[in-house]
Amino acid sequence: MTYIPHTDVERQQMLSAIGVTTIEDLFEAVPSAHRFPKLDLPKGLSEMEIAAEMLALSEANDHGQDFAIFRGAGAYHHFIPSAVNHLLLRGEFYTAYTPYQPEVSQGTLQAVFEYQSMMSSLTGMDAANASHYDGGTSLAEAITVALDATKHQRSKVILSHAIHPQYRAVVRTYHQGNDVIITGDESDASLRDLVDMIDDDTAMVAVGYPNFFGQIDDFGALIAKAHEVGALVTFVINPIALGLFKSPGSIGADIVVGEAQPLGIPLGFGGPYLGFFGVRFNYVRRIAGRIIGETTDQDGKRAYVMTLRPREQDIRREKASSNICTNQGLMALAAAVYLSLMGKNGLKKVAELCYHKAHYAADQIGLLEGYEVQRDKPFFNEFVVQCPVSVKAINEELINRGIIGGYDLGQDYPHLQNHMLLAVTEMNRKDEIDALVAALSEVQEA
Amino acid sequence: MTEPIIYDLSVPGRTGALLPDVDVPTTALPADLLRDDLDLPEVSELQVIRHFVNLSQQNMAIDTTFYPLGSCTMKYNPKINEDVARYAGFAQLHPLTDAEGAQGALAVMYEVQRWLAEISGFSDVSLQPAAGAQGEFAGILMVRKYHLDRGDTARTKILVPDSSHGTNPATVSMAGFQAVELPSDDEGNVDLEALRAACDDTVAGMMITVPSTLGLFDRNIVEIVKTVHACGGLMYMDGANMNSQLGIVKPGELGFDVMHYNLHKTFSTPHGGGGPGSGPVAVNDKLAPFLPGPVVGIVEEAEDEDDAPLYGFVMPEKSIGRLKVFHGNFGMHTRALTYMRIHGAEGLRDIARYAVLNANYLRAQLQDDYHIPYNRFCGHEFVLEGHFDGVDDVHALDISKRLMDYGIHPPTNYFPLIVHEALLIEPTETEDKATLDNFVTAMKTIAKEAHETPELLHEAPHMARTKRLDEVRAAKRLILCCRPIPAAEPVKVTEQG
Repeated sequence: MTYIPHTDVERQQMLSAIGVTTIEDLFEAVPSAHRFPKLDLPKGLSEMEIAAEMLALSEANDHGQDFAIFRGAGAYHHFIPSAVNHLLLRGEFYTAYTPYQPEVSQGTLQAVFEYQSMMSSLTGMDAANASHYDGGTSLAEAITVALDATKHQRSKVILSHAIHPQYRAVVRTYHQGNDVIITGDESDASLRDLVDMIDDDTAMVAVGYPNFFGQIDDFGALIAKAHEVGALVTFVINPIALGLFKSPGSIGADIVVGEAQPLGIPLGFGGPYLGFFGVRFNYVRRIAGRIIGETTDQDGKRAYVMTLRPREQDIRREKASSNICTNQGLMALAAAVYLSLMGKNGLKKVAELCYHKAHYAADQIGLLEGYEVQRDKPFFNEFVVQCPVSVKAINEELINRGIIGGYDLGQDYPHLQNHMLLAVTEMNRKDEIDALVAALSEVQEA
Repeated sequence: MTEPIIYDLSVPGRTGALLPDVDVPTTALPADLLRDDLDLPEVSELQVIRHFVNLSQQNMAIDTTFYPLGSCTMKYNPKINEDVARYAGFAQLHPLTDAEGAQGALAVMYEVQRWLAEISGFSDVSLQPAAGAQGEFAGILMVRKYHLDRGDTARTKILVPDSSHGTNPATVSMAGFQAVELPSDDEGNVDLEALRAACDDTVAGMMITVPSTLGLFDRNIVEIVKTVHACGGLMYMDGANMNSQLGIVKPGELGFDVMHYNLHKTFSTPHGGGGPGSGPVAVNDKLAPFLPGPVVGIVEEAEDEDDAPLYGFVMPEKSIGRLKVFHGNFGMHTRALTYMRIHGAEGLRDIARYAVLNANYLRAQLQDDYHIPYNRFCGHEFVLEGHFDGVDDVHALDISKRLMDYGIHPPTNYFPLIVHEALLIEPTETEDKATLDNFVTAMKTIAKEAHETPELLHEAPHMARTKRLDEVRAAKRLILCCRPIPAAEPVKVTEQG
C-alpha cells in the first residue's frame, strides 16, 4: 500500500519525457552490486488493519484513561483543553516547514512570536527562542551560552543535585567533547555548599525552581555570590508553578530553561515535548535556535521573520555554537494556545489546584504510620515521602488498584532508598487522592 | 487585514478555560513567595480559536499547496498517523511507567528499531535523538568514543564535503572535533584526490550525504568509504536524503559505519512548522556498544511462539550516554511505524522509485529553460540555477517569491552553497503528474517573465498577504516579545539562603 497517485499511463508518459523505459534505469549510478537489496520486512497493511494493530498496542499500556497517575518527575498529567488539539490538527500549521519564506509563513511566525512573548512574561526573561528539544537539552545549551558569555575563560559549571537526574545526564553527554568541568551534583550538597563552590572560574550555576523534589528554595545567597564573581545563574523551571510563584527573572535569574510539556502537551511516553529557553537581553545574541522578531513588510505592515540568523548552523557552519536546526515548533504552538486559553486567571487557578491537592495528599499521607513526608521547605505539587517498605513493592500493589504511584528516588539517589516522589495535579480528584492514601495505609499493614 | 496579537484581544477578567473548583480542604499559600505580575492574555475560547485559525490561514503547507522544498522531503503526511499518535494508550502514557505497564509502547519502539535497521543494513538503532541534527551529534560522539576506547587520541579531524548541510560542520565542532572541508569535483562528487590527500591518522571520520545534497548518487561512493577506512577513519552517512534509498541501496552494505534518519522527512511524520522531528541513529556492530541510550531490547524471550516477549530499556555497554530526557520523540515513533507498516517492503521501495521518477521528470521538463549544473539522472531532488544569462538582476530569491504568486511554495534556495543561485527542488513521490505539470508551467512562465518583465519578479510576491520583509530592521530593532518585562528585584540574602 502507498500514497503514490501515479497511474500506469502517467508513469509511462513521464518515463518517455525523461527518455528511459523503466524507473530502474534512473538508478544506474548506484553501485550495481548493492542495487535493489532484499528488504526482510512484511508486506503492507490497509489503513483499518494498521489502526487495529496500533490500537491493540496502545491498550497494552497502563495509561491515564484507566489509571490515576501520581507520578511526575519531569512529566506531568495536566488537563488539556480540547481546543488545543483542534488547533494542532490544522494542516496549515502541522504540515508546514520551518518558516524560511516569511511571506507565506506568517501564521507560524506570529504564533511562535506570541509563544515567545507569553513565555517571556511567565518567566520574567527579556527574550525566549522558538524552543529546544526538551528541558534537558535546553539546560545543556544554557551551558554553551554561559561559557561563551564568560569569554571561554572559565571552565566550571555547578549543577544542583536537585535538578532532574536525566537532565544532568544529558548535560554530560552534550559536553563530553568540551573542556568543561561539570560539578556540584555528585553528592547531596546543600545550597550553602553550592554557594561555597562558586569562584572566579565558575561560568554558571544551575538550580531547579521548583527543584526535582518539588521544593521552592531561597536562592538569595547563591545569586548574590554568582553575580559577585560574574557567573550566570540558570533556573530550571516547571512553568505551571510560575502561575503562582515569583518569576525567575524577578528573583535574579540570567537564563531560564525547562520543560514546557505541562503547557498543553500530553504525556506521550516522553515526547515530543518542549524545551523552553529564555535569557536576559544582553545574552540574546549568544543563544542557539530559531528566534522570531517583529518587523514590517514593504507596505509597512507589521510582520514577523526569523531573525539573528547569522548565529545559525546553515550560515555559520563549523563556527556555530550549536547544530540545532529543527525545534519543537508545533509544541510551542500548543503552549501558546494553552496559555491563551488559560490566561492570567486560568493558569493561576491550575497552579492553585495543584498546590492545594498536593498539600492535602501530603497532609493525609503524613498521618499514616510508617510514612514520613519531607516538609522542611515549601513545595508546589510534588513532595518526597519516606516509605516503610520499598517503593517498588508499593507501586506493584498500587497498580493492582488502578493507581500509578510515585517515582522511586532510590534509582538515582543512593541516600533516598525507600523514598517516593509523588506528584499531584488538577487531574487527581479528591476520591483518587483518598484511594491512594487508603492503599498506602494498607500496603504498610501488609 | 493584519491579525492582531493575542494580547490585543485581551479583556480583563475573561478566560478561555473551564476548570473545576477545589474539592479538597485548602492550604495557606506562602505569601512571600507569590507573584502579582502574571501577564497573560485574557480571552475566550472562541477568540482563541478564531485567532489561531486565522493565523493558520496565512501559512502555505503541504495540506494546501505543492511544497517542493529540497532536502526537506515535504511529502504528504497521512492522517491516520495523527489518529494513532493520539490513542489514549500512547498519548496518556507516563514516560516513567514501569516497563511491565508500557509493553505496547516498548513494542512500538522495538519494531521501529528493527525496521530502521533492516532498511539501512545496520545491526542496531537508537531512537533517542530528537532530530536529524541530534542524530548527527550522536553519531560523531560515537565516532569520538570509539577511537578513545581504542586508546587512539590523535584523531582530531572530521572530513566534510563543501556541499554538506550546515549541521554537519556545526556538529563536528560541537563534538570537539575540527571540521576539514573537502572540495567537490566538476561532476558534483567528492574530489577523490583531495580526499586521499586529507586522509591520515588524525582523521576520525567523514560525514557525507547520500545521495549528495545536489541530489546525485556519487559514483565513487564505495571508493570514498574504502579510502577513509584505510586511514582508520569511520564513515558517517547523513540520512536526510533517505527517501531515494528505501529498498534501492542499504548504507550499511556500502560500508558506512553510522547514519541518522529523519523520520519527519522519510517516514512522513509532520514537520510541524519547524519541528518536532526525530533523528534515530543506526550503526554497525563496531559502534553498537556506543549507541546513545537507553534503547529497547528483549529482556525475556516469550515461552510460546505466539506470545510477545518482555521488552525493556537497556543501556548499551559503552554508551555515549543519554541525549534526551526520557525516550526520544515517541510520538514520532508511533507515526513512523504506522507509515512503514502500511507500506511494507515493496511499498517502501516504491516510495524511492516514484520520488526519483518525479524529480527526474521535473529535471527533464525544465532543462531547456533553466541551467542545470549537474544534468544527469538525479535522485529524489535536483538543483537548478536561479538566474539567466543576459538578465543580471534576477536572482533565485526573485524566482522563489514569484512562485508564491502561482500558489506554489518555493524550493530551497541558496543551498547547496557550491551552486550559484541554487534552487533545490524535491517534488516527493506523493505528488501527481498534474501538480508537477502545473509547476513546470509556472517555472517556464517565470523564466519568460525574467526576460520580458523582470520587475514582476523583483516585486513578488504580489498575491501573498504579506510582501517582502524588512529583515535588517528585524535584526536591528530586535523586538522579540510584545510585553514589557519588569526588571529584577534587588537580591535579598537571608539566613536560610
